[in-house]
Amino acid sequence: MQSTLMLTVMRYRPEQEAEPTFQTFEVPYRKDWVVLDALNHIKDNLDGSLSYRWSCRMGVCGSCGMMVNGEPKLTCAAFLSENLPGPIRVEPLRYFPIVRDLVVELSDFLRKLKKVKPWIIREEEKPLSEGEYSQTPEQMELYKQFSMCINCMLCYAACPVYGLEPSFIGPAAIALAQRYNKDNRDQGAEERLEICSEHDGIWQCTFVGECTKACPKGVDPAGAIQQYKLVGAMAWFKSWLLPWGER
Amino acid sequence: MNASAQYTLYHPKWYRRHVSVWWWLKTWSYTKFVLRELTSVSVAYFAVVALWQVRSLACCAEAYTRFLRLMESPFFLAINLIALIFVLFHALTWFHLAPRAMVFRLGSRRLPDKLVVGMNYIAWIVLSALIAWIMLRG
Repeated sequence: MQSTLMLTVMRYRPEQEAEPTFQTFEVPYRKDWVVLDALNHIKDNLDGSLSYRWSCRMGVCGSCGMMVNGEPKLTCAAFLSENLPGPIRVEPLRYFPIVRDLVVELSDFLRKLKKVKPWIIREEEKPLSEGEYSQTPEQMELYKQFSMCINCMLCYAACPVYGLEPSFIGPAAIALAQRYNKDNRDQGAEERLEICSEHDGIWQCTFVGECTKACPKGVDPAGAIQQYKLVGAMAWFKSWLLPWGER
Repeated sequence: MNASAQYTLYHPKWYRRHVSVWWWLKTWSYTKFVLRELTSVSVAYFAVVALWQVRSLACCAEAYTRFLRLMESPFFLAINLIALIFVLFHALTWFHLAPRAMVFRLGSRRLPDKLVVGMNYIAWIVLSALIAWIMLRG
């Protein structure tokens, strides 16, 4: 069994260089190590200036997404043993501007996420005295899958449409819009459809399907978008067929 | 310090990567996607051929014979065979994507993906058999 492994890491230090470069580090190989462990080893022992985001180490926080050998991965779930004999190439998430080393700029995604109103919208809140909004397990099942999104943005790094058209709202934000549309306690589907069927919304998607493959939580953003297109087309057809009626 | 860096303290200078025109050749899944999209040209080609056939049929017997002769030529046989392979690739990839775009529920249960794909295949076989029966019965 090999005792070390080479890790080729993209570096971008804006105070030193105009363009990113690659730096190779030799790290110990352990069977139970993930790429994030190797990065932490570099940070602690080899080069303290290496910058990257991480937090929970268990696929919940969605902070440590990076490109591992060209594929968007959570580095806390990408085992070194899956990439033997190396070297392993680690780059910041594709299609996002790089702030420093492996850290990317997130505000574009956060703005889009807010735009689709991912929260429960009520036309009228019922008084507290009437109790909680109830939901059956079957009703929860309709949206549960989409609620697993951890905003890690691997789906954006997998989506060539987002790379080519950065204004595209993108897979995670649309999947999260669907999460609330399909919630029986929500009444904001019409509002969200208007936002999501704008030029930068669902119709930009060409169904490459890579977002679903990249998702570490089993959400199916590609499916969510195609199903949303069907809803959008039906709503348009209804409004065209019954222009006097309500949608 | 590199002179072109133009970095000022506390002012981030993002690096934006350029997406190459050849992005779709970088991974096989991207290439497969572009192939699926490009094969739609073959679908359009067959639609044009069908319109051409109807036009020659509507014109006169000579025109229709001319059309048939042309379609029997090695050039059109080769083109049609290639277009048929592309159309099959196009149709089959869409069959397999159908369950993602359309969710069918039976009560509270979602129909399994294989069943939705299977329904597409069955519809295809039934329609093909129907057309073959109409064409070949007399």
